[in-house]
Amino acid sequence: MSAASLTLATLAKDLRLEWRSKDAINAMLFFALLVVVIFSFSFDPTAEESRHIAGGLVWVAFLFAAVVALNQTWARELRNQVLDAYRVSPAPANALFLAKVLGNFVFVSVLEALMTPLFVVFYNLRALGPAYQLPIVAALGTWALVVNGTFFAAMSLRTRSREIMLPLLLFPISIPALVAMVEATNSILTGEYSARFWVVLLAAYDVLFTMASLFLFETVLHAE
Amino acid sequence: MKRAFPVLAIVTAVLLSWGLYQALVVAPTEQTMGDVQRIFYYHVPSAWTAFVLFFVNLIASIIYLASRNAKADALAVAAAEVGVVFCTVVLVTGPIWARPVWGIWWTWDLRLTLTLVLWLIYVSYLMLRRFSTSGQTPLIAAVLAVFGALDVPLVYFSIWFFRTQHPQPVIGGGGSIDPRMLHALLINWLAFSCFATLVCWSRYRLEILRREIDETQALEALLEGGVSGGRR
Amino acid sequence: MNAYLYSAYAATWIIHIFYLGVLARRYARLRKEIEELKRK
Repeated sequence: MSAASLTLATLAKDLRLEWRSKDAINAMLFFALLVVVIFSFSFDPTAEESRHIAGGLVWVAFLFAAVVALNQTWARELRNQVLDAYRVSPAPANALFLAKVLGNFVFVSVLEALMTPLFVVFYNLRALGPAYQLPIVAALGTWALVVNGTFFAAMSLRTRSREIMLPLLLFPISIPALVAMVEATNSILTGEYSARFWVVLLAAYDVLFTMASLFLFETVLHAE
Repeated sequence: MKRAFPVLAIVTAVLLSWGLYQALVVAPTEQTMGDVQRIFYYHVPSAWTAFVLFFVNLIASIIYLASRNAKADALAVAAAEVGVVFCTVVLVTGPIWARPVWGIWWTWDLRLTLTLVLWLIYVSYLMLRRFSTSGQTPLIAAVLAVFGALDVPLVYFSIWFFRTQHPQPVIGGGGSIDPRMLHALLINWLAFSCFATLVCWSRYRLEILRREIDETQALEALLEGGVSGGRR
Repeated sequence: MNAYLYSAYAATWIIHIFYLGVLARRYARLRKEIEELKRK
């Protein structure tokens, strides 16, 4: 089985399992909704002000929702000793990693798609800049969170307080990506600046850390 | 090798004292900021030392990844811990300097923010080492160190551009520097570098000792278990 | 004005001495373990 078909097969399996049980997605959805509502109570600006801070609010909410998704990434594999099987088999571990990242990307993107209308409603948002750039920023930003998140979730498998370890490791390293996501979103919503620098930075971040993760995943897998 | 430590300790003490004298007495008083500016002679060398220590951690981590040399890993831990200590000094002296001069405790300027993010990354590295229950903690930590190092240029650029778009006061200022001030700065940097070497070396020896004892204790437990098992 | 200067220098040394204290305590604990191992 080639690496690509292994990746796709694993991804399809994960998505199918998730669709049937809807375990994680229900919890994530409700959590995301709660976050949006709590933020609305905590920050209640007028429409003009909200455009300047909406980027930050939205991405912090997405970040928390993503952490919920990421924490359960390897849970099924741990339960069923799948990781041990990968360690002894000749199958490329990267195929498994990529499948996990893609799966998380799908989950978090679905979450974002569902949360965005809520934010638009609660904050009366309207993009003054080029709105078509928003999905690009969202995709690049989500990939940045998900690729490192999946990798760090694997690194945290053998740690005490695994669920808190993941955000502790993920947040500092994600800071440049977060700044880029927030600034890009703000500049598109306010229309005051071009988001180009931030989009390029996000793309560079994604490329760099995807390569680093693919290069070092096998090492981490065998270290567990 | 053993003799070098006390010699270096004496040299460090001398340099630190001389540096203090230079910073507080010899260096001229700054025109706009006054005597408070002398914090500069401790703030900046601490930052440079912290960055060097983090770089040592990176090199040691890469060596460990390539060769699984346990001594490289011990050096990585030592460098990271001492680096965090120096980084803390930077983050504490920065606001103390900023408050009387600019009226604000903190500003998200490039240097301070970069230092804060570095501090966060390396504290997370130390937390991973402390919380990990895997037998291969050094390996996972080394991978994290590489990720952290890869992140640094990205952090720099993101904050730099952010500041270009949203300008604010810069702590520490720029521009030309009086040669006597440069002199005091460099002496303090040398002094703190020697001090950092001493502390890092101590931490390294502590780590090596800790591991030797752990191995001995494990061996003891093994032998004892074998003896009592045999008797049955 | 000078209060800030001295507190910055003091803070620096307090932080360093604190860490050296942490190291000293760990050394003491290790030395105790070595004694116990030697006795066995």
